[in-house]
Amino acid sequence: MNITEKILAKAAGLDKVEPDQIIEVAVDRAFTHEKLGPLFFKKFREMGLTIWDTKRAILFVDHGVPPSKVMDADLITETVKFGEDYNLTCYNAEGISHQLMPEKGNVLPGRVVVGTDSHTCTYGAFGAFSTGIGSTEMAWIFNKGRIWMKVPHALLFKVSGELAPFVMGKDLALHIMSLTGADGANYKTMEFTGSAIKVMELDSRMSLCNMAVEAGAKNGIIEADEKVVEFLKGRTDEAYEIVKSDPDAAYEKVYEIDGSKLEPTVACPGSSENSVPVGDVEGTPFTRALLGTCTNGRMEDFRIGAKILKGRKIHPKVRLQVIPASKDIFSQCIKEGIVQTFLDAGAIWCNPNCGPCAGGHYGLLGQDEVCVSSSNRNMKGRMGDPSSKVYLASSATVVASAINGKITDPRSLV
Amino acid sequence: MIIKDKVFEIYPDNISAEQIAHTKHVNSLTPEGLAVAAMKDVDPDFLKKLGNGKIMIGGSNFGCNSSREWAPSALMYAGVELLIAQSFSRIFFRNAINIGLPILESPEINEYVSVGDELEVDLSTGEIKNITTGKKTQGTILPAFLLKIMTSGGLLETLDAER
Repeated sequence: MNITEKILAKAAGLDKVEPDQIIEVAVDRAFTHEKLGPLFFKKFREMGLTIWDTKRAILFVDHGVPPSKVMDADLITETVKFGEDYNLTCYNAEGISHQLMPEKGNVLPGRVVVGTDSHTCTYGAFGAFSTGIGSTEMAWIFNKGRIWMKVPHALLFKVSGELAPFVMGKDLALHIMSLTGADGANYKTMEFTGSAIKVMELDSRMSLCNMAVEAGAKNGIIEADEKVVEFLKGRTDEAYEIVKSDPDAAYEKVYEIDGSKLEPTVACPGSSENSVPVGDVEGTPFTRALLGTCTNGRMEDFRIGAKILKGRKIHPKVRLQVIPASKDIFSQCIKEGIVQTFLDAGAIWCNPNCGPCAGGHYGLLGQDEVCVSSSNRNMKGRMGDPSSKVYLASSATVVASAINGKITDPRSLV
Repeated sequence: MIIKDKVFEIYPDNISAEQIAHTKHVNSLTPEGLAVAAMKDVDPDFLKKLGNGKIMIGGSNFGCNSSREWAPSALMYAGVELLIAQSFSRIFFRNAINIGLPILESPEINEYVSVGDELEVDLSTGEIKNITTGKKTQGTILPAFLLKIMTSGGLLETLDAER
């Protein structure tokens, strides 16, 4: 069995599972946030349901903080109230769920995590099975602590070599999207392995697993290693087990990628599958840049951004908006002088939240505006007006491009 | 469960959940608030077209990306009675069943229907009859437990009935 099959089998109390088998698995952690939770809170109350485990059901206020619509303010109030009434931890405006779940020790290798957010697949970076679901199903899980699943077929991505300097996990993710297409992994698991993954920072691994859903995948996963063990020190006192794929594990398809040949990669507007080497779109002008989100709002992103930016200025026609994924990351950026570097260069530094990525608030794109963004989605209208355009890129490419006011290979500035 | 109605529109591949119910168009999570946002970025005439029929056809990977249950909810509250697509993305598929929006996957549906055709669809057998043309095709039959959730109003309704 592969990692995903082993985790699901264990959570279902079975010795073995096979693709397409429908099983019922016990959930280790489950969360919702203020945009999707309120859709079931009322019904949950009306039905008199109780929470299966108040230490394992978690709430986040992360999408619309501070709110820019009355509806968003009301949704936050409802979410906080639900937490108070049912005795649940609610992380309010402290950061994005996908950063806080691991930071707060809620993601452990070998466990099953579900959340009402499609990018819940991010935690595969820690060797956990994690996937996104909807509101109604979360009501069921909050009450019962279990969920039905169809065991997914598996795709294996073997990435050899090592990514070159200023080439990041995000570039690999975008390159993979061009191989699979936007639904090439629909219902499947994407397992990432090989020397390039091994040497990759956890932040880049999170970015890679985060993008799995953009190919339609149920989950993305990487075998946990000493980097994960190190990260979890001081964050949990629970015992956990690192799950590894068997040498004879079955995969529907194996992709072999030479990581050392990978170039900075950019997804052109419309879909993350529209990705090309940066050279193909170099020089494309734009006026808006976003650095942050659950895909690329972490220390690796801000450190590489600051390194490129040091002593330079953002292009006068570009507005670069920077959003850390959590309060801890924000604090660390202050300590390392990164915030000052960005401010000196002319960037706008914001509080941790999902930002304009989901198109809800905080820097939406107007008519015909073009944005280069470190986020995960670029379909028509995603970040604002349907006529606006989004190019997806790594944090290094976003910052390098913001300096020049046109899409730029970050390697050309170092 | 048998649904008989007209096809009001056929949509392309990769329509995302965001596009079906975009945050910028949703100002209240009430049925009305979601219904007015339905498909606005994709098709500004969506609600108008729903006057011509209640069966919607999608392409492949319908409802991709976001986990927002707003998407199938918006379609349901807008008045869609059946959604047939070549394929559904994973989360949208679960969400639609869990809220009781009738959906059917039929990989070759586009070869069998045109806008305005009247269909008779049996969700338990997956049979799609095109009354206008006389052609028939097949949809993927759901496992019995999912069909029951979908046709009895959704997941919480089945939970309610169990108690």
